[in-house]
Amino acid sequence: MTKNPETRIAKRFEKLRAEGRAGLVTFTTAGDPDLETSVKILDGIAEAGADLIEIGVPFSDPMADGPAIQASSLRAIKAGMTLRKTLGIVAEFRKKDDETPIVLMGYYNPIYIYGVDTFLADAKKAGVDGLIVVDLPPEEEGELCLPALKAGINFIYLTAPTTTDARLPRVLDHASGFVYFVSITGITGTSSAKTTDVAAHVGRIRAQTDLPVAVGFGIRTPEQAAGIAAVADAAVVGSALVDQITANFDDNNKPGPGTVDAVLDLVKALAVGVRSVKKTETVS
Amino acid sequence: MNKLNTLRNGVDENGHFGIYGGRFVAETLMPLILEVEKAYEKASNDDGFWAEFDRLMKHYVGRPSPLYYAQRMTEHFGGAKIFFKRDELNHTGAHKINNTIGQILLARRMGKKRIIAETGAGQHGVATATVCALYGMPCVVYMGATDVERQKPNVFRMKLLGAEIIPVTAGTGTLKDAMNEALRDWVANVEDTYYLIGTAAGPHPYPMMVRDFQCIIGNETREQMYEQEGRLPDSLVASIGGGSNAIGLFHPFLDDDSVRIIGVEAAGHGIETGEHCASLKGGRPGVLHGNRTYLLQDDEGQIKDGYSISAGLDYPGIGPEHSWLRDIGRVEYVSVTDLEALEAFKLCTAKEGIIPALEPCHALAHVAKIAPDLPKDHLMVMNLCGRGDKDIFAVAERFGFDM
Repeated sequence: MTKNPETRIAKRFEKLRAEGRAGLVTFTTAGDPDLETSVKILDGIAEAGADLIEIGVPFSDPMADGPAIQASSLRAIKAGMTLRKTLGIVAEFRKKDDETPIVLMGYYNPIYIYGVDTFLADAKKAGVDGLIVVDLPPEEEGELCLPALKAGINFIYLTAPTTTDARLPRVLDHASGFVYFVSITGITGTSSAKTTDVAAHVGRIRAQTDLPVAVGFGIRTPEQAAGIAAVADAAVVGSALVDQITANFDDNNKPGPGTVDAVLDLVKALAVGVRSVKKTETVS
Repeated sequence: MNKLNTLRNGVDENGHFGIYGGRFVAETLMPLILEVEKAYEKASNDDGFWAEFDRLMKHYVGRPSPLYYAQRMTEHFGGAKIFFKRDELNHTGAHKINNTIGQILLARRMGKKRIIAETGAGQHGVATATVCALYGMPCVVYMGATDVERQKPNVFRMKLLGAEIIPVTAGTGTLKDAMNEALRDWVANVEDTYYLIGTAAGPHPYPMMVRDFQCIIGNETREQMYEQEGRLPDSLVASIGGGSNAIGLFHPFLDDDSVRIIGVEAAGHGIETGEHCASLKGGRPGVLHGNRTYLLQDDEGQIKDGYSISAGLDYPGIGPEHSWLRDIGRVEYVSVTDLEALEAFKLCTAKEGIIPALEPCHALAHVAKIAPDLPKDHLMVMNLCGRGDKDIFAVAERFGFDM
């Protein structure tokens, strides 16, 4: 078993380091608001400036997510999105882009019901590089983390402000790809952390791992993204992008003609923010 | 003390009952879950903790609850000798208070300043608001918006007791969404807040801990049956939503092979209609709310809403220990429809002068099915785990009575 399977994720962070900048990680939900629109968003998102792409796998009960992503998940389910179709989206994307890393983010039950081994084989084949499964802490690593590493897929662990220095080794033990620091004790799309606090936590994590550290939860604007870019290896933006979808609904709650552009325009602005920060010293 | 060859060892060190249970929570919560586990381990090994628990059980809750020989019901069925374990006589009217007392004592030991809870019908919410009033702690109860509408008396009770009720419109606005929302609150307020879960489900150590507090039901029953009949009961019957009243009655008897144990799920309009909340009969194993257990879900692993006339059974999952007991075959699980439960409601009221909650009516409806064919010396205990005051509006509507 490779402890840190070599995927597009490591290559992308190497490239970012060479360019002396942090990365932008975008999150959108597969199938939100419908299959067609979500695919169009993904087709343009790398060019708009996403360095890594997180695709949310919709789940009926997303316990760690705020109202924006909950609603996004339910819209996608209602529009017929499934885990199998999500993998189909990835496979189609890979025909056009074989470099941008793709990370699936979601909850365990849909994967468990799909069947762990079948899922990992299908995900690898589709071109998935990493998994973030919110409700699988290291205590449950036998469920999916260890099989994923064996299948050559990174399993990305979340760390939180509540993850103490004493606990970090447990979390980092089988962490791979990158470490995702949840910057607030809270759910997605609610409050934002102070950059100084984030810097301190990122420092704590870096003291114990060489993996890149991405920071998410509560990052909405190019300015905030730039602030995070200065102290971490990547900034993750999700709810703010998802909000662009609802903001462009027409009177019948259908995606208006400007939806895709609205999401991509925000990605472009966020990318400008992230790229405005030059990293002179070598990270880590 | 663990012994070999027992079904009562509880969980393994990772919180699993067989393949069920576990700790499927976000990292933000994980350190807190471990803290609860450690605190409970310490408390449960402390005689002082249990002395305080027992004191409140006796003088505040009114325990032990009677084990009542239901003579007219027995004569009506003409078979097994039927006993009611009368947890409906507890303060606040149900078994829920056994658990909230235990957990509030733990929360206080942990130095927590704020209590949150989820509730469906409002019984657990009332029991939580009650102990929070008793200890002067702020209490926030998450409740599905539809439940807030249809359970107004309990909403008012909780408000009187000083709790803040937050109607949950997220998702489908039901009990499972109330639990999601409580978990979200906990994630955001980990430092000072304790999540007082209402049933024997959720991440480890909750299923074990809630069971331990509810075991007072089975322990008393055992003692009372010896006093009255000089021997063990032959069968136990209890209704199951999350399954805390049932596991509380069952657990002290799991190693007694002569005791037949039956759990009764709510079949709603009938399992075949898809409108039910019988997770064991109509669901399959999955992961939700911190544990692996049988869940109502579709082929994609999306969780479905449960349905039952009894809001207290209306949850798409079940405690993980029940899932395990089902798989190993120690406990039989059956189901009963709304209509059968309503018949039992009428019968119990008419024959025994006891207005039962709709939850135990499910257990009673199953008693009605099996008691007539059993011998007269068969001792059967039915857990009458709640009283029906809260249900009279729903029942009146069904019976066409204008309140």
